[in-house]
Amino acid sequence: MSQSVSSAEPASGKIPVTVLTGYLGAGKTTLLNRILTEPHGKKFAVIVNEFGEIGIDNELVVGADEEVFEMNNGCICCNVRGDLIRIIEGLMKRKGKFDAIIVETTGLADPAPVAQTFFVDQDVQEKTRLDAVVTVADAKWLLARLKDAPEAKNQIAFADVIILNKIDLVTKDELAEVEGRIRAINPYATLHKTTRSAVPLDAVLGRGAFDLDRILELEPAFLEVDEHDHHAHDHGHDHHHGHDHHDHGHAHDHGKHDHGHAHGGLKHYHDEDMQSLSVVIPGDVDGEKFMTWVNDLMQRDGADILRSKGILAFKDEPKRFVFQGVHMILDGDLQRDWKAGEQRQSKIVFIGKNLKEDEIRQGFLACAA
Amino acid sequence: MPDLKTPDALQGGASLTGNVTAIEAGEHVISAVFLGETPLLALADGALRIGDETIACHKGGILVAASDGKRILTGGDDGRVIATDASGRSEVMGDEQNRWIDAVALGPDGTCAWSTGKSVKARDGKGVIKTLATKSSTQGLAFRPKGYQLAAAQNGGALIWMPNALAAPDLLEWKGSHLDVVWSPDARYVITSMQENQLHGWRLPEKAHMRMSGYPTKPRSMSWSMDGNWLATSGAEAAIVWPFASKDGPMGKAPRECGVRNRRVSQVAFHPKALVLAIGYEDGFILLVRLTDASEILVRGQTRGEAVTALGWDRSGSRLLFGTADGAAGLLTLPVGR
Repeated sequence: MSQSVSSAEPASGKIPVTVLTGYLGAGKTTLLNRILTEPHGKKFAVIVNEFGEIGIDNELVVGADEEVFEMNNGCICCNVRGDLIRIIEGLMKRKGKFDAIIVETTGLADPAPVAQTFFVDQDVQEKTRLDAVVTVADAKWLLARLKDAPEAKNQIAFADVIILNKIDLVTKDELAEVEGRIRAINPYATLHKTTRSAVPLDAVLGRGAFDLDRILELEPAFLEVDEHDHHAHDHGHDHHHGHDHHDHGHAHDHGKHDHGHAHGGLKHYHDEDMQSLSVVIPGDVDGEKFMTWVNDLMQRDGADILRSKGILAFKDEPKRFVFQGVHMILDGDLQRDWKAGEQRQSKIVFIGKNLKEDEIRQGFLACAA
Repeated sequence: MPDLKTPDALQGGASLTGNVTAIEAGEHVISAVFLGETPLLALADGALRIGDETIACHKGGILVAASDGKRILTGGDDGRVIATDASGRSEVMGDEQNRWIDAVALGPDGTCAWSTGKSVKARDGKGVIKTLATKSSTQGLAFRPKGYQLAAAQNGGALIWMPNALAAPDLLEWKGSHLDVVWSPDARYVITSMQENQLHGWRLPEKAHMRMSGYPTKPRSMSWSMDGNWLATSGAEAAIVWPFASKDGPMGKAPRECGVRNRRVSQVAFHPKALVLAIGYEDGFILLVRLTDASEILVRGQTRGEAVTALGWDRSGSRLLFGTADGAAGLLTLPVGR
């Protein structure tokens, strides 16, 4: 099972799990305490690395020892968190005592083994579902961390939701700079700019980021949701142009796309070692060819590809095929029908280290039906 | 002793459901054992149900339990390790201050052991505690049937530790993550269940490897037959029973498959005096299967309920206690033989 495209199960009845990552001091604990104290009437089981920082009674708080091990199943990057498997097994004996699980990782943790645990371990998978990876980043220090800490870059690249925190400590220009750097790594995560980790709960919980039914659009998220007053987007364009260029640090002019607004002065960068890539085929792909190609690609380069998603039109198939992946582990299924009037097209999105962009692009384009 | 050896006692279609007294446990049952003649259920909310009485034991939940037929040793999410006897008298054997207890074991002569994270502790009959720091977290513990020797299953193999010896523990090495561990009754074999849906065994003292694979899920429940010739395991859509009678153990031999259904087996428990296996399934179903002729008898039928999580025989083999994930439990009393 080093890699498989399996059919998705309905998410119903499974306990949602939110993974909270972020570098030391970014505001993870503040966010966690905020989640726990909001008057939401929910009960959480919280898996933490350090006791004592959480001042909440009546919650199940479990200490973890972050033991990562490699599954001995021939899949070189099937690393899972053994302690997490054990803790979830224990928690499931207390069903009904909590509604959701939050896993807080240490600042130095790679989110991948945590996420993979929810796809690789059968017992865990049967009882829980990964809801989203939420990364808290410090607006003042993130740029420095991106330079000196590969973990920080991993956490940004892996995130479904990014809480860019402590924005009161930076100038407007500095904020634009850090946002541009984040977007160069991960243009698809939902980004919230905050102070003291103040975000509405529904921004971090109930995201369904790994739920195939909720992989609806694969547009860079910052074109869709933002704190700014956006409207009248034209999604027909390929907005995701910054990464095809290699003019590092150059701020692009959005003028030629004529959005009718500037993205709040967002700068576009190219990150040296972490990129995202999206490729579109304006029509159908050959399902068999695609499966062979994507499985080969993941087998070979899955260690460098952190996240992947896709919505595909298979030839002679009335339903959309959607998939999402974490390194080598792919989860895919036929979803709803293509609607009448909806353009059948096939699009894939990757975030990874040193992506072989041309090779991936050509490989995918060759799957066109 | 009920007559389990006569053929008609266990004929196909036979049922003992009328001999089961239901018990409302109300919580996920962690362990079902007999202390002497007293049935005892350890519950996920931290309580023990001894006979008809429920007593509070742990402040949080009970995570793991082990019994030697005289005491039950429980480890909880309150970090405590508590030994309790049939009278309900409890003694705190260890306190890890709110750290979850991952594994417990009871040994001969009043010895016991527990682990939390990367620390294993063994306590002898006099109350002297020895600590072993390990590289990996221990997931399963088992005492050698004789002597003060402990097997600890972890990532990368099983450690064999003699708490009173100065020597470093011996490592039975095998790549992968090892979960539960058992010794064979003659101490010739150490067997672990693995994250990778298989069993691994070592024949001692030569440490010869035995791989027992083919399970669709993790084989988390293991039980030896009274003669040590068979090891029954959960994890498949039948109880998988490995033959250990020959000197090479199960190597090169196919296991028996008992109680084949289209549901997975979650618990197994061999009868203490006969080659009869109690099998609990993920849907709450329970069967007795006799190895000699594969005859089956029903203990608990089709339910809408959840998995059987605990099975335990009394010492004479006349009663079977069981419990499930959804808080159901029951006591089977076998009919007295003719």
